[in-house]
Amino acid sequence: MNPSVAAARAAFGDAIGRATLARGETTVVVAAARVLDIMRWLRDTPAQGYDYLVDVTAVEYRDQERPLEVVYQLRALARREDLRVKVELDPRGELAIDSVTPLWAGANWLEREVYDMFGIVFAGHPDLRRILMWETYAEGYPLRKDFPLRGRFSRAEQVRQALNLNPEAHYSLEELSIADSFDELPADMRERLRRGERDKVPDSE
Amino acid sequence: MKHVLETKEVAGSPNFQLTTFQKLVDWAVNQSRANSLWPMPFGTACCAIEFMATAASRFDLARFGMERQAFSPRQADVLICAGRLPFKLAPVIRRIYDQMPQPKWVISMGACASTGGIFDNYAMVQGIDTIVPVDVYVPGCPPRPEGLLYGILLLHKKIKGESLFDAVPRRDEQLLDERGLRLPPAEIDELSEPFGNSVHQFRSS
Repeated sequence: MNPSVAAARAAFGDAIGRATLARGETTVVVAAARVLDIMRWLRDTPAQGYDYLVDVTAVEYRDQERPLEVVYQLRALARREDLRVKVELDPRGELAIDSVTPLWAGANWLEREVYDMFGIVFAGHPDLRRILMWETYAEGYPLRKDFPLRGRFSRAEQVRQALNLNPEAHYSLEELSIADSFDELPADMRERLRRGERDKVPDSE
Repeated sequence: MKHVLETKEVAGSPNFQLTTFQKLVDWAVNQSRANSLWPMPFGTACCAIEFMATAASRFDLARFGMERQAFSPRQADVLICAGRLPFKLAPVIRRIYDQMPQPKWVISMGACASTGGIFDNYAMVQGIDTIVPVDVYVPGCPPRPEGLLYGILLLHKKIKGESLFDAVPRRDEQLLDERGLRLPPAEIDELSEPFGNSVHQFRSS
């Protein structure tokens, strides 16, 4: 068992749930309300040093009684130690959890993907939009168990919606707003971004 | 094949001379077109790897006048869709097709481009013929280079059978209707009907 679990339990008490060891990999379930505190502690405590967020994903089980899980794969690069942190969410309740983007900027797109596929809302995320499906996608969250494999709409309706999309909308101005070069954008483009305009990107000079 | 003028093939009559002239023009135009097709590869998946193999030295597309790959639709004659097409790419391939100058042809390469293949799910177009008109379907998963070459030779055959003097201009049949669809919705649903084991899966609407 990864010693981080015992240390976290000493620091956070009841917020640390059950931990399991399988094939040398430790999985620990933590309380949803404390996830940001626990993650920050895991990252910033020198003895832990989990400085690399490998992945954020989610699992919904076939068994309706089992909760949805949000899974964080952490790695301490200096110590070569891995830890899998899970948070359980009740699918009947509100699927919401704190975003870890303040800790790892790389969580941005990973959490957008989880939101896109499972509909889990990450509070505090700077730019929570769909990332794989297009922004106007209206059929729901494809990886949920109640989502029909072929989608909710008929094929004709799916084709109609797809053909009526603006191909440039995938590279919306908002996409640029999170880029590092935002401050270097022309003033008029920054202004359009501020207004939330979703038009096509103007040709660059 | 309906000609502009009613023609009766009696040697020496003016009609016979006109028909002979038309045949000569058609022959010259069609030979030129068929033997210098410029392909626009639209490679989205593993079929694109086979396409590259077809274009490379062993199979050598250049033997069939396809030396020049047109990576711009503006200079392309034949669009080769090599691989599955997700709904997100549907407006993109439609725009590429619209940008190609007449006359233009489309080859649907592989099972996924032709029918959706194994991807009978919410994200995938069930056959690109619901988006753009297709001239030749090449079966296979992916097709071997010989298969693609056979498809290209079939396209040559088709081109050589066309006539400049057809009563129906090519341009008319390729526009989208007011819904933004190429085919009536019922036809798209029928084309997208699942087959094989996937028939028993559930769709809510």
